[in-house]
Amino acid sequence: MSESKKRRAGLESVSPVVPVQTTYYVPERDVDKSPILQCINLGISFGGLKAVEDFNLTLGRTEIAGLIGPNGAGKTTIFNLLTKVYQPTHGTILLDGRDTANMTTAQVNRAGIARTFQNIRLFHNQTVADNVLIGLHNEMDYGMLGGILRLPGYWRAEKIARNRAMEYLALFHLDQHADELAGSLPYGAQRRLEIARALATNPSLLLLDEPAAGMNPSETAELMENIVKIRDTFHIAILLIEHDMSLVMNICEGIAVLNFGRLIAKGNAEAIRNDPTVVEAYLGRKGAKE
Amino acid sequence: MNMKRYFKDARADLLTYAGVIIAFLVISALKSNGMLNRSQTGLLVPICCYIVMAVSLNLTVGILGDLSLGHAGFMSVGAFSGVITAMGLMNVIPSAPMRLALAMVVGALCAAIVGFLVGIPVLRLNGDYLAIVTLAFGEIIKELITCLIVGVDSKGLHVIFNVNGSKTANDLTLLDGGRIIIKGAQGATGTKTIATFTAGFILIMITLVIVQNLVRSRHGRAIMAVRDNRIAADSVGIPVTKYKMMAFVTSASLAGAAGALFGLNYSNLAAAKFDFNTSILVLVFVVLGGLGNIWGSIIATVILYILPEALRGFSTYRMLIYAIVLIVVMLTTNNPILKNYFASLRSKFGKSREKEASAS
Repeated sequence: MSESKKRRAGLESVSPVVPVQTTYYVPERDVDKSPILQCINLGISFGGLKAVEDFNLTLGRTEIAGLIGPNGAGKTTIFNLLTKVYQPTHGTILLDGRDTANMTTAQVNRAGIARTFQNIRLFHNQTVADNVLIGLHNEMDYGMLGGILRLPGYWRAEKIARNRAMEYLALFHLDQHADELAGSLPYGAQRRLEIARALATNPSLLLLDEPAAGMNPSETAELMENIVKIRDTFHIAILLIEHDMSLVMNICEGIAVLNFGRLIAKGNAEAIRNDPTVVEAYLGRKGAKE
Repeated sequence: MNMKRYFKDARADLLTYAGVIIAFLVISALKSNGMLNRSQTGLLVPICCYIVMAVSLNLTVGILGDLSLGHAGFMSVGAFSGVITAMGLMNVIPSAPMRLALAMVVGALCAAIVGFLVGIPVLRLNGDYLAIVTLAFGEIIKELITCLIVGVDSKGLHVIFNVNGSKTANDLTLLDGGRIIIKGAQGATGTKTIATFTAGFILIMITLVIVQNLVRSRHGRAIMAVRDNRIAADSVGIPVTKYKMMAFVTSASLAGAAGALFGLNYSNLAAAKFDFNTSILVLVFVVLGGLGNIWGSIIATVILYILPEALRGFSTYRMLIYAIVLIVVMLTTNNPILKNYFASLRSKFGKSREKEASAS
């Protein structure tokens, strides 16, 4: 494959010296707009271990992208870097052109990144509605005194927030369960609630960590529809980590493959499927030859 | 549907207010008819103080989910700053209720400031470590107040910090007509007792409004989110430290107000009164009443505060029986079979009520 062909496919071999601009793949409708997220040579070391190294990624404003790789490749670590749960030791994250270097996790969320977790992290002892209301925390504007004295601003903001919470819940067919405790929901519903809560923070980029984990095929199919629906309704970018290849190959426009903390391939589903380094990473060298 | 739950919560809050008001009216009526003896009326103000202490500690332990073992420290800050305020302004403000109100406000403010300063290092910790550090701070506050010698005369307030133990109240060099307010380890002496049951009742109501409305606001939800899952709270844009501090400082300031009322209820009060035991006593009220359960804290405080007095007839075995009652109550309230039984009773009761409501 010639260099130009590779570039058109968005596929790049492991080579940190290549300038960022040439490596990114974004859907055509987003090409003229500024990217929502740019990771430039992002990396983190824990002691001597380089968990992620020279990670470059650019996401279009309404792109659905996938991050795949074998277990322990560093996918969740990248999510933790993006949301500043870990401080990157190298590189830069630009969110909508803004450097997130000095932001905390909460500030990154307010700047526009919302996420879900691989092992669901809901507020189990609170109701389904309250979980979404907590997501709407920063959308309300009354102060502590306003809340204690129940000034008019409190009632106004609470009413709007409650209606909005119900809208988010309805989107995920959870409105029937609004008053139940989040911990009592079945597994699939908990995953949907976590997405609803993340969306309530009004993000411009949604990070989904294994959203289909533990779901049966029909639930996965519904989830795929939902993810596309979220993108089309809210016009946001979605980056997801997933092991379910049917989901990734069907809905992700761009796919990045990670192995041992390094990006080994980027491109659309077709290119990734045929990439020998990817096949090797998943199946080993022998599998790649066959 | 969501609103229904909301009204249910609001009804629970209103029931708490109603319960406290009714209790106040009944006790006031009994008191004015002379149906309470001296030792019984003497318990009223301390009970009010401890109810406020328990409700405010519930904010830290139940709502925020951080075990604090230094709550009595904030109470003592409020008590002594309140006593200094009330005694220092005796000639300026003749009205006792005004001085009492001002003392409680000053007590709350001082405790809030101390709470903030203590909170800066403490809230960086979690779990057991946090509990032990709050315990240490509680003791530090007690020791610092033990060093305090304060007096007032026509020139104003005189304060000596008696660190090496060599100074006495005479070193204040008060003018004629001056008054010693705090005498080091002896604590506040000769305080005019201006605390009243009505003031205690008002303080309880204010505390309930603050805590219950806070819990049902976005700030309260944020505090509970931090308790339930810190990482998730962070990920939805809630600054964890800010809300921990908000709960901690609110809790400390309410304890300070309760302390001021408590301090002005006794003519003599030493700092040693606010030791580890007092913190634990309040914690027992909170745990027994149920973590996060405001109404439970009130009931548990009333019962457990009266119990040792009611058991005076058993003389030497009094505290033994008290301890056994504590153990039995803790075991039964945590028994899953009994819990389920009460839950089923509650749901039956709730359902029949809802049916009535829909029928009417």
